[in-house]
Amino acid sequence: MINFFEVNETNKMIDQENLDVRTITMGISLLDCIDSDLAKLNQKIYDKIFTKAEHLVEVGEEISREFGVPIVNKRISVTPIALVGAAACRCPEDFITIAQTLDNVAHAVGVNFIGGYSALVSKGMTPAEENLIRSIPQALAVTERVCSSVNVGSTRTGLNMDAVRLMGEIVKKTAEATADQGSIGCAKLVVFCNAPDDNPFMAGAFHGVTEADAIINVGVSGPGVVKTALQAVRGESFEVLCETIKKTAFKVTRVGQLVAKEASEMLQIPFGIVDLSLAPTPAIGDSVADILKEIGLEEVGAPGTTAALALLNDQVKKGGVMASSYVGGLSGAFIPVSEDQGMIDAVNAQALTLEKLEAMTCVCSVGLDMIAVPGDTKATTIAGIIADEAAIGMINQKTTAVRLIPVIGKGVGEVVEFGGLLGYAPVIPVNSFGCDAFVNRQGRIPAPIHSFKN
Amino acid sequence: MKKTIITVVGKDTVGIIAKVCSYLAESNVNILDISQTIVSEFFNMMMIVDCNNASKPFDQMADELEEIGRTMGLHIRMQHEDIFNSMHRI
Repeated sequence: MINFFEVNETNKMIDQENLDVRTITMGISLLDCIDSDLAKLNQKIYDKIFTKAEHLVEVGEEISREFGVPIVNKRISVTPIALVGAAACRCPEDFITIAQTLDNVAHAVGVNFIGGYSALVSKGMTPAEENLIRSIPQALAVTERVCSSVNVGSTRTGLNMDAVRLMGEIVKKTAEATADQGSIGCAKLVVFCNAPDDNPFMAGAFHGVTEADAIINVGVSGPGVVKTALQAVRGESFEVLCETIKKTAFKVTRVGQLVAKEASEMLQIPFGIVDLSLAPTPAIGDSVADILKEIGLEEVGAPGTTAALALLNDQVKKGGVMASSYVGGLSGAFIPVSEDQGMIDAVNAQALTLEKLEAMTCVCSVGLDMIAVPGDTKATTIAGIIADEAAIGMINQKTTAVRLIPVIGKGVGEVVEFGGLLGYAPVIPVNSFGCDAFVNRQGRIPAPIHSFKN
Repeated sequence: MKKTIITVVGKDTVGIIAKVCSYLAESNVNILDISQTIVSEFFNMMMIVDCNNASKPFDQMADELEEIGRTMGLHIRMQHEDIFNSMHRI
């Protein structure tokens, strides 16, 4: 029988430590909507998403009420649109009509983001994929809830440097197209290496072609819960530290698993995965940076940061894996700058630099996330940063991503405000030396060797 | 049988249990277990109840209990027991 202490512990996590289920994301396959007639395609896409996700928000709220745990976001991911639209779209403008359809249906069913305006071009680009990529700046400027991602490399295929170069330009153009809103378009655009098919987290969520017709994926959260648990073991050994993180991650993940099961049952859509990520929000006390500080760093970015993050990420997975029957997605600690008050403080204190963030991404998911850089950063420099991050993912067989925001009209030290879950960020300096000749080479970086690991 | 947990937390005052229990009786909710303590004037109660034959939907009862709590300066919360079971039992 449940006892007093356990009930109080759970409710304290919810009330005071920001325990929540970050997102229920419904993945929907649009492969059966493919049509060579653009108007018909748009209609089919709208109808399919609407039919499948009509009750998603309602069910999310009902579950939230039943268990008394907040479910912050209800979202949708769809099959990469470059594949779905290939038969109907002849130019970038054609793809933008699909972006608008996605935005309309997202508003109609009440989800706050819809992901999958994506292209998977890790080895090469079809004309349709190139058209979709070229349509991204405009698509993200004219829509509110559509999220876009492009996979430019993988451990199996190497890096498609033509796509990397193009994405440098696209990120820049996306920033320019939304310059009047702090370049917010870039907050909805992720460049991946080794993108997972079942990621429930935005902006990088899409419904992979290997997935079923529809699926429920859940992303849990709870940095505040981990931080509070660690406060009780200050000064203890690594063994105690790791055990505490594992136990807490287990409890947090169980809530995610329960919500996923319940949602799957109520919507009659199969359960996919639980994503074991510590996802911060700008709310005070909901910060991954604060956990790292609790582990013993004065500020994030200090020597020891990478080791502390590696430990945290690994223990979260070890605790979470047992709590859920299927784990997937990104599963790791997120280190977005703008969405985490502790990270913002570290940047302001000049403890945290872009280079240290890059090192941190070697040991955790998912990459250089929500980092504001000066608006005059060159497209080739952005491409160089993307290439660096993708190379880390390619060599280490992990997912990495880049979500940089070159804030048009702002320089180092200025602040850009995105609002809501996206938070705000101080603009961080970028190494000013060029890499044009490297980025401008044509072709691919070959797939890495899978032996002689050093 | 799906059980529900009701927790009541706040400053102690006359008639808390009476009020909550009479509301539950009106709603045809059966009380299975009550445990209660007072820690430095703070009232702390946990009830395990059976809502399966309740005359009102779960949502409405959760809202109305919360409202009763507000009028008495208490925090009343109603949750399915599954969240506690899954979190604290392997």
